[in-house]
Amino acid sequence: MIKIIINGKQIKVQPDTTILDAARRNDIYIPTICDDPRLEPYGGCRLCLVQIKGMPRLVSACTTPVTEGMEVETTNDQIERQRRTIVELLLSDHPNDCMVCEKAGDCTLQELAYFYDLRANRFYGERRQYTKKDLNPFIQRDMEKCILCGKCVRVCEEVQGVGAIDISSRGFTAKVTPPFEKDLDCEFCGQCVSLCPTGALMGKEALGRGRQKDVRKVETICPYCGCGCNLTLHVNRDEVVSVSSRPDTVNEGWLCVKGRFGYNFIKSPDRLKTPLIKKDGVFVEASWDEAFQYVADRLIAIKEKNGPDAIAGLSSARCTNEENYLFQKFIRAGIGTNNVDHCARY
Amino acid sequence: MKKDISIKVCMGTGGIAAGGVEVMSSFEKALAGAGIKAAVQKNCSMHKVGCRGFCARDVLVDVTINGTKATYQYIKADMVERIVADHIVGGAPVDEWLVKDDYHTFHDKQVKVVLSDCGEVDPEDIDSYISRGGYEATKKVLTTMTPQETIDVIKASGLRGRGGAGFPTGVKWDMAIKAPGPVKYLICNADEGDPGAFMDRSVVEGNPHAVLEGMIIGAYAIGAPYGYVYIRAEYPLAVERLHLAIKQAKERGFLGKKILGKDLDFDIKVKLGAGAFVCGEETALIASIEGKRGQPRAKPPFPVQKGLWGYPTIINNVETLANVPYIMRKGAAWYAGMGTEKSKGTKVFALTGKILNSGLIEVPMGIPLKEVIYDIGGGIEGGRKLKAVQTGGPSGGCIPSSMADTTLDYESLGKVGSIMGSGGMVVLDETDCMVNIAKYFLEFTKSESCGKCIPCRVGTKRLLEILTRITEGKGREGDIDLLETLSSDVKTSSLCGLGQSAPNPVLSTIRYYRDEYEAHIRDKRCPAGVCKDLLTYSIIAEACKGCTACTRVCPTGAITGEKKKPHVLNQDLCIKCGACFETCKFKAIRKV
Ligand SMILES: Cc1cc2nc3c(=O)[nH]c(=O)nc-3n(C[C@H](O)[C@H](O)[C@H](O)COP(=O)(O)O)c2cc1C
Ligand code: SF4
Ligand code: SF4
Ligand code: SF4
Ligand code: SF4
Ligand code: FES
Repeated sequence: MIKIIINGKQIKVQPDTTILDAARRNDIYIPTICDDPRLEPYGGCRLCLVQIKGMPRLVSACTTPVTEGMEVETTNDQIERQRRTIVELLLSDHPNDCMVCEKAGDCTLQELAYFYDLRANRFYGERRQYTKKDLNPFIQRDMEKCILCGKCVRVCEEVQGVGAIDISSRGFTAKVTPPFEKDLDCEFCGQCVSLCPTGALMGKEALGRGRQKDVRKVETICPYCGCGCNLTLHVNRDEVVSVSSRPDTVNEGWLCVKGRFGYNFIKSPDRLKTPLIKKDGVFVEASWDEAFQYVADRLIAIKEKNGPDAIAGLSSARCTNEENYLFQKFIRAGIGTNNVDHCARY
Repeated sequence: MKKDISIKVCMGTGGIAAGGVEVMSSFEKALAGAGIKAAVQKNCSMHKVGCRGFCARDVLVDVTINGTKATYQYIKADMVERIVADHIVGGAPVDEWLVKDDYHTFHDKQVKVVLSDCGEVDPEDIDSYISRGGYEATKKVLTTMTPQETIDVIKASGLRGRGGAGFPTGVKWDMAIKAPGPVKYLICNADEGDPGAFMDRSVVEGNPHAVLEGMIIGAYAIGAPYGYVYIRAEYPLAVERLHLAIKQAKERGFLGKKILGKDLDFDIKVKLGAGAFVCGEETALIASIEGKRGQPRAKPPFPVQKGLWGYPTIINNVETLANVPYIMRKGAAWYAGMGTEKSKGTKVFALTGKILNSGLIEVPMGIPLKEVIYDIGGGIEGGRKLKAVQTGGPSGGCIPSSMADTTLDYESLGKVGSIMGSGGMVVLDETDCMVNIAKYFLEFTKSESCGKCIPCRVGTKRLLEILTRITEGKGREGDIDLLETLSSDVKTSSLCGLGQSAPNPVLSTIRYYRDEYEAHIRDKRCPAGVCKDLLTYSIIAEACKGCTACTRVCPTGAITGEKKKPHVLNQDLCIKCGACFETCKFKAIRKV
């Protein structure tokens, strides 16, 4: 363990941590935009600048490893002045239309502007203007709101291993884009959407379906596959408007396209609500009792005529473990055959 | 008649642009025609040589007969025949084409180390370099010295990095030899991207083997089996000569496995940069070699701890490395004998701007600026007055004429708010507007910012916009303060050296020329008469002879008048191109 001092407070940390990690673990707030503990440090936004005693320059807390005896100051007039200027510069190149922005209420930039009380801006000038042309069904990319924190690029490369996007061009004209500035054509896992600190990346299904304050969060497990990722449903007036996942879960907050964006089936009119039994070549709605009775009668009849091995059971990964356990028990003990399988295998 | 004849034709990029290739082939033809080649055979040699600094006088040709050298300037292909006839055959040099005294004063105060063989050796012939002592340093180091001893010599010489920051090279190498790692890399930074700079290009074009030798010695010192030269693709001639030099050095056993039979393997790869200034920054350069987007990352870890592909890496500038063989050959004490207490040796500068003798120069550290301007540079063009000298390119600052006593060394330049940088030196005279100069450099840094960090990406853009509006007469009260605070914030909070130094031209021009900024903002006036939007051209009726010259050059027909009567200028039509001002022989056009 290494001993360091942050804001006059003695703390002990692991040798390989950064100043930012150390501060977070000890509940010391340092503003950040480009950092995510699950990604490699980037050092791009410069908001996390801190002063180390004896160092001539401010350093970024997210990239600087702690060393024995280091004395760190996370805030002072000089540091806050830098941070304020950085946020002001960002706002000088931003649509600033929080009133109609989907992200309002959950936006890092908005929060920083509020924190630094930036009503007026000393800077103004040209603003990047891009036409939106995303034809994909899942992700809206509004690159005028992008602050180039690079999180989307890094998560896509480092976590998802896809590399569907990168930063092209330089300086003020730099922008995040799929190859050759074409439409996004990727896995649509939405990892990037989940990390974007602003309204630059939004799930299309969620657009216009209610402000953050009206959203109720409901924790659940993804029904799609046996991985069982944790989901947080964002519910407004009994409708799931979007889905997220917390970083402190088994799946560390990462989801796939189905878990993140495939929630509209819940209210789909095509969704089956009663069992159907085929009569004279057409499916007809039936009651549960009727359906169970029909299935039981047929299974008994087949077993009596052709023996238990004429029957096989195939279960679904969308069932819970308990349901799958019961199912194989039913097939093995109830029917008396080992012909049982599952899309993720028993 | 047995003669030793040697002809050297300058074939740097400047020489070639001025017609060096044609001059060379004219010599070949004329010599063959006069039967000289046949008569003296081996003793007649023709060489292309690299830049010797005075590009403005190209094509420069040295004709040496039996050891007596005569240098010709401004030579064109059609002049060659007479040189051969009169001088080589007839023995009488063509006096009117020879260089004059000013060519010698240009060289008198220079001390050439890095450039000592440039302009003398044939850069495409390793033997030419060897005949002047080339690769002796390599032999000496590899056969008689340990790596640590080599590093100690470099340390004792006081050599500091010429890529900009001036970090002591020996100290850097020492960190590399001590850095643990199964493999190490040595990279030569030839990305030279500052506007107007061509020091490194000239060295690689003029004497590539000196750079290779520096790399071989460096590789031996730090224990690096692999080296890279990261060079701009916009330097085709340098790239070509570098490839050739590497090939020749390999053939002679100076590169490859078991160099000189010793336990040293060293191979060099050439990697072309795609022309981003920021890729000269070491971490961006490494990313670029690795095939990633060329953008810097935060340090630590420093490249010497975690560099190319994650291994300890040393990056040195071309000029730094080219100094090394000379130091190893002549000794640390010799090198440390030049320069000041903390800045040793010499420095190459690209002298440009409103200077009479522009070109490439090498001077001892600590030389007063005014000696460079007035003795070497021959003073200001057109007899005008010196206003300032800009050093350090887009990262540097301006030194006003009142401080022309400032000496050229890391410490003194830092004290006056500029930097040594990589060696750009732009001379400004009274016709230069300092706000405009700051704007020029910001235009460069704004478009070369990689965009990774916010203060540099948006900050340089906003700085440029403020400067632009000032030069357009739209500046407002408070703009100077805003420039100063934003500059200071961008410097403090940017990630890499580009952003950290980009505001320097703004700060240094405000520091010394605040009144010029104020004149633009308050009086809507550009004192130097540069900023177009703030200029008014008018005709001084008393001086106008009615010669109609101006009416003929004005592209918008803004000037009218009868012959031999004072003309009038219609302000509504004038687009302020200045054509009339340039044309009028009677100084009848007023520019304010
Ligand atoms: C934006 C930027 C551009 C740079 N460009 C160059 C360059 O073109 N050539 C160079 O040698 N060093 C350049 N440097 C400096 C290098 O990062 C590095 O310090 C240098 O190559 C080290 O070599 P030295 O110790 O021999 O000077 C640049 C630095 C920055 C911040
Ligand atoms: S991205 Fe954030 S700051 Fe920008 S408009 Fe939306 S809510 Fe406001
Ligand atoms: S949705 Fe997933 S795959 Fe597509 S760009 Fe975002 S992170 Fe990459
Ligand atoms: S789109 Fe979002 S996550 Fe990606 S760089 Fe821009 S602001 Fe960051
Ligand atoms: S200072 Fe400029 S060039 Fe350097 S990392 Fe930041 S944006 Fe890129
Ligand atoms: S969080 Fe450290 S630079 Fe962005």
